[in-house]
Amino acid sequence: MRRRRWWLAGLLTVAGLGIAHAATLVNGAGATFPYPLYSKWFDEFHKRNPDLQINYQSIGSGGGIRQTLDGTVDFGATDGPMTDEQMKSASVPILHLPTALGAVVPTFNLAGVEHLRFTPEAIAGVFLGKITQWNDPALVKENPGASLPAAAIVPIHRSDGSGTTYIFTDYLAKVSPEWQKNVGRGTSVAWPVGLGGKGNEGVAGLVKQTPNALGYVELIYAVQNKLPYGDVRNRSGKFVQATLESVTAAAAAAAASMPEDFRISITDPAGADAYPIASFTWLLVPTRIRDAEKGAAIKKFLAWMLADGQQFTAPLNYAPLPASVVTLERQALDKIQAGGA
Amino acid sequence: MTATYRRRRRVERLMFGATAAATVTTLGVLVFLLGYIAWQGASSLTWSFLTALPAPVGEPGGGMANAIVGSAKLLLAAALVGIPVGFLGGVYLAEYGRGALADWVRYAADVLNGVPSIVIGITVYALVVIPVGHFSTLAGGLALGLMMIPVALRATEEFLRLVPDSLREAALALGAPRWVAIVRVVIPAASRGIATGLLLSLARVAGETAPLLFTALNNRFWSPGWSQPTASLPVMIFTYAIAPYEEWHQQAWAAGLVLLTLVLGTNVAARLLLRGGAIGSA
Amino acid sequence: MAPAPLRRGRHRGDVVFRSLSLGFALSVIAIAGTIAVVLFRQSALARAAFGWRFLWTSSWDPVALRFGALPFIYGTLATTAIAIMIALPLGLGAAICLAELMPRRLADALTFLIELLVAVPSVVYGLVGVFILVPAMRSFETIVQPVLGSVPFFAGPAYGVGLLTASILLAVMIVPFIVAVSREVLLAVPQSQRDAALALGATRWETVRGVVIPYARSGILGSVFLALARALGETMAVTMVIGNRPEVSASLFAPAYTMAAVLANEFTEATDKIYLAALVEIGLVLFVITLGVNAIARVLIARVRRAPGAARP
Repeated sequence: MRRRRWWLAGLLTVAGLGIAHAATLVNGAGATFPYPLYSKWFDEFHKRNPDLQINYQSIGSGGGIRQTLDGTVDFGATDGPMTDEQMKSASVPILHLPTALGAVVPTFNLAGVEHLRFTPEAIAGVFLGKITQWNDPALVKENPGASLPAAAIVPIHRSDGSGTTYIFTDYLAKVSPEWQKNVGRGTSVAWPVGLGGKGNEGVAGLVKQTPNALGYVELIYAVQNKLPYGDVRNRSGKFVQATLESVTAAAAAAAASMPEDFRISITDPAGADAYPIASFTWLLVPTRIRDAEKGAAIKKFLAWMLADGQQFTAPLNYAPLPASVVTLERQALDKIQAGGA
Repeated sequence: MTATYRRRRRVERLMFGATAAATVTTLGVLVFLLGYIAWQGASSLTWSFLTALPAPVGEPGGGMANAIVGSAKLLLAAALVGIPVGFLGGVYLAEYGRGALADWVRYAADVLNGVPSIVIGITVYALVVIPVGHFSTLAGGLALGLMMIPVALRATEEFLRLVPDSLREAALALGAPRWVAIVRVVIPAASRGIATGLLLSLARVAGETAPLLFTALNNRFWSPGWSQPTASLPVMIFTYAIAPYEEWHQQAWAAGLVLLTLVLGTNVAARLLLRGGAIGSA
Repeated sequence: MAPAPLRRGRHRGDVVFRSLSLGFALSVIAIAGTIAVVLFRQSALARAAFGWRFLWTSSWDPVALRFGALPFIYGTLATTAIAIMIALPLGLGAAICLAELMPRRLADALTFLIELLVAVPSVVYGLVGVFILVPAMRSFETIVQPVLGSVPFFAGPAYGVGLLTASILLAVMIVPFIVAVSREVLLAVPQSQRDAALALGATRWETVRGVVIPYARSGILGSVFLALARALGETMAVTMVIGNRPEVSASLFAPAYTMAAVLANEFTEATDKIYLAALVEIGLVLFVITLGVNAIARVLIARVRRAPGAARP
């Protein structure tokens, strides 16, 4: 008899574990590119709105797109915009809402080398497998001062479906006809060479642990992990380091010609000070959200993000959205319907 | 003693030495594994680790309280799926199953046992997550429960078979219907063995990561109820281990220590329980 | 006092209980069948598009939507084969020592400890793999490179992660299986067999090698297949140390990919229907291979169970 009472008590406790507190939990998943920023945003938003929790999982842009299309998450995130076919296959129209600007940097692990300059041809050559040694003439030419060893380069790319990969391959496709022909652009491509890491975190981790590695990550991952990253030569011929200013400059031309659905590529832009491998990053929000509370929470977050949220971008090395884009986006928010059929 | 005999003895000493070396190596790996995890994990096993929620990316501090609770909830859901099917299925096989049908059931259990855990994750994703529309603790628990079934089934059947027929016959002779004989006499007699078997099946799935990736996903917060994604120790370990942040590595070790302690502790407890004798008197 | 009259025919409780337990038992068949059906149906697009070529083509191109599973099949089989090559001598050796040489109580205690290794979760092995094995392998490869670099098996830069690293980690994970089952099997060999050999003047080692092991051969093979089945499905530990590169290479140091690992990495993100179907087809191939291996293991172990007069009480 006594045992039965314990059973009952245990069962009730466990059921109690299951009873929700009043908080609204919104689930999102997607890009690892803006993850440090989103993680900060959702944390700050939760502090200001204790009963709204936004759980974001960085599973890669490919995952963000897929799960949003499948409807298994309430919103997604990606830095590689959805293709037209993907948008057509959605059961409810999906909005791309830009949140911030970031940069993809070539990060490396070379003993004794803190700073390098990369030409577009050099980067393409490494990832095509044409340039295999660090002391290749193509690299030495632009870096006369650095002591480049006669060691094999270890290229590191993403093993998962990634918007960062999309941005990087989009850039390479624009600057290297051979890349465009043989590999192409996408969230997942058939890499000619290299090791695969999962997420920006995984690539940064691999670069950090593997001597002579060269990978591509979002800027904040290189900074937070104290990994050196190189300057890249832009279309005007200048070697530019990824900074807030150079990323903002890359978006300057785009801001004027932003299409209505916000899908735009700003890699390899015109502009003397523009960083060549930069991109907007987007939240993927369905225009009809069935759960009224979740829809309201998402709209509240988006409004906050466009206003107060932008102040958190710079400290994390993401550039804030241009003002004209913010205005356009505020109008787009009205398209989101929360609740109802 | 001839020269050949001496040579044969030398060979014997050599080979037995090699086998001893193999044993030492195997045990050495075990000791090293446990010791290293204990050493690395213990230093990060702070109170805040056990009670705090994860901190934003790149910021120090935070913990895995939600992962620990999440794992517990997942195991509970798994038990609700795996134990009834495994236990009652095992009862059928031991008490009633004597034909081709029983053989098919056993074969199916073997198949299920051999299915790679990631494939189970895919199946539950296709059958549950997509139609329902979101990741959930229940989906994760279902995936784990499916993995428990073969172990629970086999354990139940084997321990029930160990109960001597004389007990069954005695109960039947006293006029009990067959089901009463099974439920009131045979099962209690084998209860200790069955309990340890079920416990071991639970311990086995506690450490599974792959099926959770597509079913329970992960969660930075507490997971309310049963229909939301949830954090779990194995998934957190995986996520933190492949990331570049040093604080996350430390937390991964601590989580590894917690998980390992729970799993090995359960195993040791179960086996010691069995030492006392799998079959008691009715 | 006369006992209650015996009832003829079925007691209602019996029918209920039997049906209940039968239902649950049948559900096991239903579950196994459902998995097979789901895998089969969800991979239909890919099977139609690529046919049997899928099994021996090497491309994995999500942009051009051309998929071939050869690199993954190769990676899975290669890592498993190498793991067995490492684990079998170790495991069998330890089993011999524990079954034939050590005093029973000590052997029992040590076997208990070794069996604990079976319970260690895969992701924990992965943790140790990433932070200890990979750097160690990198140092090892850096040393071996200059000496053996021209041999195709050892070509390529010293990544640390790669085929050999994953194989070694797998070997560590399956050795306990082989030890535990082989030991049981060796103990099941009738003492009379050993006595006969010893009586004929054989040394203990010669008895083991010439009599005990051949007698237990199918059981030992069965343990190998069991370990194989586990290694085939190993996901987390492998994906953390194998390099995740879908390419067939002769070098042991080259990064590789296994079927389970690619599923873990790419499944939640495959945005094209055919990409997803190709991944599910990989799951199907893995399922079929595991089925086959398990079936062989069952047959081999069943053969041992029937041996009469075992040494174990």
